[in-house]
Amino acid sequence: MTTMTMVKALNEGLRRVLEDQPKSLVMGEDVGRLGGVFRVTDGLQKDFGADRIIDTPLAESGIIGTAIGLAMRGYRPICEIQFDGFVYPAFDQLVSQLAKIPNRSGGRVRLPVVVRIPYGGGIGAIEHHSESPEAYFAHTAGLKVVTCSNPADAYWMIQQAAAGDDPVIFFEPKRRYHAKGEVATDAAALDLFSARTVREGRTATLISYGPTVDVAENAAAAAAEEGLDLEVVDLRSLSPIDWEPLFASVRKTGRALVVHEAPGNVGIGAEIAARLTEECFYSLEAPVLRVTGYDVPYPASRLEDDYLPNLDRVLDAVDRSLEY
Amino acid sequence: MGDQQRPARKTAKNRPKPASANEPEFVQLLTPEGRRVNRPDYDLTLTDEEYRGLYRDLVVTRELDAQGTALQRQGQLGLWPSLLGQEAAQVGSGRALKSQDTVFPAYRELGVQWCRGIDLISSFALFRGTDLGGRDVAADRFNMYAIVIASQTLHAAGYAMGVAMDGAVGGEDGEAVVVYHGDGATSEGDFNEALIWAGVFNAPLVLFCQNNQYAISETNARQFRLPPYRRAEGFGVPGVLVDGNDVLATYAVTQAALDRARRGEGPSLVEAYTYRMQPHTTSDDATRYRDEAELDFWRAKDPIVRYRKWLTNEKLADEAYFAGVDTEAGELVRELRARVMALTDPEVTEMFDNVYAQMPPGIAAQRAEALDFQASLEEGSEVR
Repeated sequence: MTTMTMVKALNEGLRRVLEDQPKSLVMGEDVGRLGGVFRVTDGLQKDFGADRIIDTPLAESGIIGTAIGLAMRGYRPICEIQFDGFVYPAFDQLVSQLAKIPNRSGGRVRLPVVVRIPYGGGIGAIEHHSESPEAYFAHTAGLKVVTCSNPADAYWMIQQAAAGDDPVIFFEPKRRYHAKGEVATDAAALDLFSARTVREGRTATLISYGPTVDVAENAAAAAAEEGLDLEVVDLRSLSPIDWEPLFASVRKTGRALVVHEAPGNVGIGAEIAARLTEECFYSLEAPVLRVTGYDVPYPASRLEDDYLPNLDRVLDAVDRSLEY
Repeated sequence: MGDQQRPARKTAKNRPKPASANEPEFVQLLTPEGRRVNRPDYDLTLTDEEYRGLYRDLVVTRELDAQGTALQRQGQLGLWPSLLGQEAAQVGSGRALKSQDTVFPAYRELGVQWCRGIDLISSFALFRGTDLGGRDVAADRFNMYAIVIASQTLHAAGYAMGVAMDGAVGGEDGEAVVVYHGDGATSEGDFNEALIWAGVFNAPLVLFCQNNQYAISETNARQFRLPPYRRAEGFGVPGVLVDGNDVLATYAVTQAALDRARRGEGPSLVEAYTYRMQPHTTSDDATRYRDEAELDFWRAKDPIVRYRKWLTNEKLADEAYFAGVDTEAGELVRELRARVMALTDPEVTEMFDNVYAQMPPGIAAQRAEALDFQASLEEGSEVR
């Protein structure tokens, strides 16, 4: 068991991938000499060479499009999109090419491409550096979408994502990059597509992922002081979603709240609310509530504390749920 | 239009000039009148058999393509994008390829597919809607058709990077990659990014631009101020303009570009100046944006007519040979037609089975649901 930051855990995970899979590559803007703007790829080019840790031209469509070609040639690219808001120039290559070529080929072509995207707000950044675009990709069949909330998951999930033969969009919560946690480097605790019960409880279920798992945990700790026993579930995988643990939890608690940074409108929370209603209708004591970013563009950073779901907004929603 | 010229209209004062009198500065080995042009920089010497083979390729390609249009008109295909007029661009470049080379087509490359010796049925299945055009692309070294304009140029650039990383370039046995695209594609960001990638990574890539003068209804004037072969230079990628209706010139120019790539000298762009004689697809009405005079201008540059003249003059082939090719093409058309008509609708499970290597439980459940629903309908009809 070692204590490390999420950045370090990702770096160590990538190292393991590069050591174990000779065809794996890391490619993106500034990932080589600089080690990435968040230093996730720090030192990799020195150790694995410029042929495997590739500084690319500044064009996101080009990064994904050429990664597809490299995968067709037998390589296993791990791409970095520098920030969430910079992924959109690559949209066609992601949703119409990377996601659909394997199906188009009748399963004859597989594209083992991982696309790492630092995402989310809370770091005081300028526009386009704080977004949560996960719903676009979760909506697209052919992609798998996962996100880590802590260093241990970061370390294992990046390796699991790189080990599969399906394209994976790998979201990294940048405001959790420097939080430390314990990492067991001998064996992964969970399958990549499994949800994890972070805290057990009986009063209500808080469902979250990525950066807001920490928010939900803190809310549960605060609620415990008031005698409320909240369960917290970390989705980890957004596509596919591991439904059974959610259904089991909600059948137990009768109340569910989804917490995410992305706008609520047509978001991951909406899908969860719909599915819980379909599957757990007779167990629900209250409508599934969502605590999310507002349905507006991400605001200027001095307003982000008002935009992001925080402990108070989560507890306020818990109170509303309990009033039913 | 830069240095690429529009046809003169036929009027009493302006009689049609010989077709060769009104052409851009391009590499040409055979004039529209069938006269061989001496180009020491693109010398091409083939065997008599190879020369005759090119004629067969041109005719077979034209006939199979015409059958695509016919099948669409008869309701057997949903759509057909005809290549009529572009046979020489496709056959010349297609025959210049070596077996180790890899092709990334757009969606009109039936002639290249024919030259690669790949079963053509996949293209017809795609346009019939019985599948999405999947094949064993690794074995064929010919990728799936790309419908999103220019998207395939990046795939080809990445693949070519991989070829270089594998050390598969250098010498006569090196691998080269060719990507086909049109004049419209040159306006897309992906095309320009592909030039940057191929350039900075010195990838063994040939971008083969079939400039057929139209992106559906829009002319070259709406795509660029400087033609693609000259724009390539701005990316540090050599560009060459070739008569796309001259099968010998497209062969020689593509071969030179491929050899350059396979030697490890990097990417280049070939702009084949040609013309799409049919509408964009069977869904298009080209009479809304071009007239008969323009079609006449290009009919006079027909790639097959000039090549047949030259073969005849050189005594490389005679009427009996040409008739034999026609007979063979007719047989190929009949065989293809029967196979297209025999393509049946896929099973409902087909849409679920290949989305992922590892199928998520949710899709597995929907697959079962679709099967159950289908079965319930069949049971219901038995009751009635």
